[in-house]
Amino acid sequence: MKLAAAAFGRTFQFKDLKEVMAKANEEKSGDQLAGIAAEDAKERMAAKLVLADLTLGDIREHPLLPPETDEVSRVIEEAVNEKIFAEVRNWTVAELREYLLAQSTGNEEIRRISRGLNSEMVAAVAKLMTNLDLVQAASKIEVTTHCNITIGQRGILAGRAQPNHPTDSIPGMTASLYEALSYGIGDAVIGINPVIDSADSVKAILATTKEIMDKWRIPTQNCVLAHIKTQMKAIRSGAPADMVFQSLAGSQDGNAAFGIDVRLLDEADELIRREGTGTGPNLWYFETGQGSELSAEAHHGIDQVTLESRCYGLARKYKPFIVNTVVGFIGPEYLYDSKQVIRAGLEDHFMGKLQQLPMGVDVCYTNHMKADQNDMDNLAVLLAAAGVNYIIGVPMADDCMLNYQSTSYHDIATLRETMRLRPAPAFEQWLERMGIMENGRLTKIAGDPTIFM
Amino acid sequence: MNPVIPIDQLVDRVMAELERKLAPSNAATAQTAKTANPMPDIAAALPEVAESITDGERIAHVPDPKWEEGLGELLASTPARIGVWRCGTRPLTKEVLRFRCDHAAAIDSVYGTVDSSLLDEFGLFTVETRFGNTENYLKRPDMGRIVTDEGVERIRSRCAAKPQVQVVVSDGLSANAVEANLRDVYPSLMDSLQAYGLSAGTPFFVRGGRVAVMDPIGDILQPEVLVLLIGERPGLVTSQSMSAYMCYRPRRGTVESDRTVISNIHRGGTPPVEAGAYIGTVLKKMLEQRTSGVNLEL
Repeated sequence: MKLAAAAFGRTFQFKDLKEVMAKANEEKSGDQLAGIAAEDAKERMAAKLVLADLTLGDIREHPLLPPETDEVSRVIEEAVNEKIFAEVRNWTVAELREYLLAQSTGNEEIRRISRGLNSEMVAAVAKLMTNLDLVQAASKIEVTTHCNITIGQRGILAGRAQPNHPTDSIPGMTASLYEALSYGIGDAVIGINPVIDSADSVKAILATTKEIMDKWRIPTQNCVLAHIKTQMKAIRSGAPADMVFQSLAGSQDGNAAFGIDVRLLDEADELIRREGTGTGPNLWYFETGQGSELSAEAHHGIDQVTLESRCYGLARKYKPFIVNTVVGFIGPEYLYDSKQVIRAGLEDHFMGKLQQLPMGVDVCYTNHMKADQNDMDNLAVLLAAAGVNYIIGVPMADDCMLNYQSTSYHDIATLRETMRLRPAPAFEQWLERMGIMENGRLTKIAGDPTIFM
Repeated sequence: MNPVIPIDQLVDRVMAELERKLAPSNAATAQTAKTANPMPDIAAALPEVAESITDGERIAHVPDPKWEEGLGELLASTPARIGVWRCGTRPLTKEVLRFRCDHAAAIDSVYGTVDSSLLDEFGLFTVETRFGNTENYLKRPDMGRIVTDEGVERIRSRCAAKPQVQVVVSDGLSANAVEANLRDVYPSLMDSLQAYGLSAGTPFFVRGGRVAVMDPIGDILQPEVLVLLIGERPGLVTSQSMSAYMCYRPRRGTVESDRTVISNIHRGGTPPVEAGAYIGTVLKKMLEQRTSGVNLEL
């Protein structure tokens, strides 16, 4: 494995693959905080040059986190198809990039090759791609999933209704949900982040969303984003959950910090299949985001892009209905400004899609990050062009419970109109029956939440 | 995102909700505060244009709702920005501007600085951490936990060593929080300490501080208890929220669970005057029980 590159009149020598992977990243404050980022622009480029010439075999043979000591690595390693890997093991990372972007490579080709790639190879190729590369390659990949309805089809942009409330007030959540539905939002999921992480609270919220779905015959799925153990307790006591949710990290000890491991996820998987109310076969909702491993001091000197890709390798095991990267939630010490958030959003979406995941993105920022709503407008348009499966809908983009800003009901409606995208087919038919949408456009009554009262 | 919400955030949200429910009585409190202002004429003369858009009552804009009364009911049930209506698929101008005003206040409080005259009023001298500048402060939380060598020297030379109570003030993530609350919270804290017969050391201000700056200060001055009044990460609901972090014998290596916190100190949350008094009570208990954080019984 060649770890040196001649450039700018000198030789850059790197000590291992981990260093090359970290230094080949676009600038991220999180890699700088971890002390693993490139020293300057030239060293960054030297690392990219080295990475471009490494083979996919080199990457597989030099695990950054050995499967013997990390169960996330084991899950990823066990999923690699040996026959397909053998076809590509001598490709360089540069060749993988060019293959993905070639006009002759379409959805079917990418789907096949993806089974021979591990998460580190996926991260490696992302590091060599420009933002527009990431948009184009991702846009080729169609990942459709089915819980109660199908989403992810080409030309479809779904929305999560996220009607959170600062005290878990059921009427308050219901009010925000009515507003969402009146704008045609909620086809990805009606997903609520609870303040109180208790089984009773989760059960009450699931029951309410289910009642509303039943009353208005809304073709969608519900979920409450409590800790997995709390959801399991609620489901065992009879709560109607179409899906289960969990945040994932890209290392075993990162997951330990979240209070989960593969065994627990397996157990929850079995439970939702037996006791869940969703049709399936896709019954999971996962969230990720660059930087969570560093924040839990569980990064092992690995860069945040690679760790994020490993989250997707783990997620893939459970064939989720939706996955989203909460890209700007974690704060400026990981993604400093809009440039870094936009880059991370495109990287995450691409890396997830390449691992055949139904990717959504929470296009978001906190108030101490150097970003504003205009930056979110930009990223949302880029992701819509890249074929993102869904984005988040919050009233006026202001989540009054999580205290951050995301995308709004208005934004999803606007992206659909300007980018010629539609809600999920089953959901659009329902919107037409309700008189909210006609020929893919909102009607006069759209935006009036009292139509559900 | 991690769904497990720390208790202080939970309290924040409950308080934010209460604030909304108690909006009319808050207005009354604000009135009283204004009367007590040393320069009432100026306060009265200032036009409050920004306040009227950001603090004004929310009005639904749905032009022809199916159920008019129902709309009011929905709005009353949540602080979320609903019933906002639209032009095409975009929000109405005033709603966009209201949102941007709230964000502007939040941003300015992160990048703002505390006026030195305010610090002089309470005799607070200033030391800095190694934060360098706001950009670095945001990127390197570890730097906000280290006082500069010059600062350490200044603390050593100007502060009484081994005080019973050490008070430290810091801008943290919101200079605005210090500006908005210090005049109320600090005197009431001092009154409270006096009432309990507790003695305070020499207070000072830390520019560019993070919560864990308490530990090195603890090493230098060896107080029995330390309270840090620090600006919180601003939200859109308010950019003026302050926290009081308290610790019994803070030293390097103190863990988060050893600290006790009162968060959400601002006009619409825990009123600063009340907070000051309450901090005194908590410090008293820490001294009695010789512990803080999860082990403290309140």
